[in-house]
Amino acid sequence: MSTPVATTPALSRRLLGGAGTDRAAHLARYGAPPHLRLDDLLQAVTESGLTGRGGGGFPTATKVRAVAAGSRKPVVVGNAMEGEPLSSKDAVLLTHNPHLVLDGLEVLARAMHAKRAILAVGPEIDAGPVTAAARGRRLDVVPLEGGFIAGQETALVNQLDGGAAMPRDPFTRVTESGVGGRPTLVLNAETLAQVALVARYGAAWFRSAGTGDDPGTSLFTITGSVASPGVVEAERGSVLREVLAPAEPLRPAAVLVGGYHGAWVPVADLDVRLTGAELAPYHATVGAGILHVLDGGTCPLDFAADVVAYLAGESARQCGPCLNGLPRLATDLKRLAVGVRDPDLPSEVRRMSALVTGRGACAHPDGSARFVASTLDVFRGHVSAHLGGWCPSGRQPLRVGRAS
Amino acid sequence: MTTRLHVDWTRCDGHGSCVELLPRLLGVDDFGFPVPHSGERDPVVPRGEEDAARHAVRNCPLMALRMYDAAS
Amino acid sequence: MTHADLVSALWALGRGTGVVALVLFTVSLVLGIVARSGRAVPGLGRFGTSDLHRTAALTGTGLVAAHVGSLLFDPFAQLKVVDLVFPFLAAYRPLWLGLGTIALDLIGVVTVVSLLRHRVGPKVFKGVHWATYALWPTALLHALGSGTDAATVWFRAIAVVCISAVVTAVGWRLAPSYDGRGWTRHARRTA
Repeated sequence: MSTPVATTPALSRRLLGGAGTDRAAHLARYGAPPHLRLDDLLQAVTESGLTGRGGGGFPTATKVRAVAAGSRKPVVVGNAMEGEPLSSKDAVLLTHNPHLVLDGLEVLARAMHAKRAILAVGPEIDAGPVTAAARGRRLDVVPLEGGFIAGQETALVNQLDGGAAMPRDPFTRVTESGVGGRPTLVLNAETLAQVALVARYGAAWFRSAGTGDDPGTSLFTITGSVASPGVVEAERGSVLREVLAPAEPLRPAAVLVGGYHGAWVPVADLDVRLTGAELAPYHATVGAGILHVLDGGTCPLDFAADVVAYLAGESARQCGPCLNGLPRLATDLKRLAVGVRDPDLPSEVRRMSALVTGRGACAHPDGSARFVASTLDVFRGHVSAHLGGWCPSGRQPLRVGRAS
Repeated sequence: MTTRLHVDWTRCDGHGSCVELLPRLLGVDDFGFPVPHSGERDPVVPRGEEDAARHAVRNCPLMALRMYDAAS
Repeated sequence: MTHADLVSALWALGRGTGVVALVLFTVSLVLGIVARSGRAVPGLGRFGTSDLHRTAALTGTGLVAAHVGSLLFDPFAQLKVVDLVFPFLAAYRPLWLGLGTIALDLIGVVTVVSLLRHRVGPKVFKGVHWATYALWPTALLHALGSGTDAATVWFRAIAVVCISAVVTAVGWRLAPSYDGRGWTRHARRTA
């Protein structure tokens, strides 16, 4: 069942060493996909310690077990929506290694006797390679419309049920009732690829990379002020500076870890390890692996104001606090960025951030609030400066005037 | 076993009957939507408030409320 | 009490309950529009406003049951059980009575769905509830057409008050200043 270690993929090429759509080359590189019974698959995934690569970081085995415990035949969904503009790891994965992602989907669907296996693909991703790779496999590649929250678990299920990209009340868990009312397993495309690797090479091999608490490798999308933006594969728990190195950061002032719902790590702290424990003081998590480098010449408050305006526009507009609160946050951040000298702005922004947190059907307001709070914390120097009428990043024009 | 009050935010429209019936549990935010005083997502419903909470659940015009038993 | 007295009493009861039911449905409709706006009747509070809306409707429904019941037993009304469900078959003023039948059918559906709203869900409940806008004018026309008191001053006065109230409330409902709670819920447009 498990392939000899000598032929297993190298550390940096576990996921990125794919063969594209070439099925024969894929099989030569990774070996034949195993057919595993649910018990064996569950054991391997549990021992591997694999956690979700879509942002939630939830233990994959726990999710699989919950869905498999349902009374009806489940639906297995691969999430390749990649709604976050800064992220391109799923796009890269589906172009360079679609077969591995689909292997993961199939091994799970087979073991769980799933009624349906679906790969949901967002509009930013070229579905050509994965559609080609899906020929002859018992699964559906379903292209869906995009948007920041289109990949949110319940919003995705709602779309697959024929509805809009709008989240559902999380009281009913999709693991109990999802697509068509069936227990539904939603896993990120990269997580599926990792499952395919674990099924072939076993938990011990998987754990030979990464840390004890967070094993394996994962994909990181590096964007922003770097010479070579792109997607890299690195061990979990790596040092942030080392993960960024191949992209060659230019004049970094801070790194946004986790994308628009993430948090900042200032340049002085780039030697932090990308682990839950070391990122906790920054209120950051690895999330879906986005690392956005902000350079010293860009005003972080400007950047944040644009991000929050975007996030406000991406609200599903279902839930009152989010629908109303995010635009309020965007407006206040913009005022701070342009230099409105209202000393109440920071506290008002903090108040509104707290107000929207936990008061919506999904984590969109929570993540947005986290980003905002981190911005005010890490860049408190900029906040004071702007209130004093100048910008450390040299932002011009900075309106010099009384509060309005 | 504690009883908690859950707001279905996809349904809540800021009508406000619940805040009137459970003033010790819920306040109103800037936009008219209920905010638990405790800051929890699903606030605990104390023994003495259970009747009022049941009224609130039954009478929410959007049917956005439910009570449930949680382990803690 | 003689048989004639009893019949008279039933007739009076039948008409009285009908008129009061119409007034209560008017109250309920207006309060429903107030509640939907997210506002409250001063002094009642939001819960009180919705509660009164519901109570008025249910009381009106109860009175309609009494209205129909007493008329079933009143020999002058010539009402048969089939007339309660199928309109325009009645012996006496079939057109106007038929409207009453339709109104009764609508009351039945709206009441049942409203009582079961937690089971049928908000979309079904809301959809069926829209029927109340058809229910009220049907009931009004029925009262004006088949009510034997329709020509009296007091009934006309009541009718005018009810019609004014509903026209005002619906006019307000349609005006931009209504600005009801109810954030539009539609999926974001993708580019």
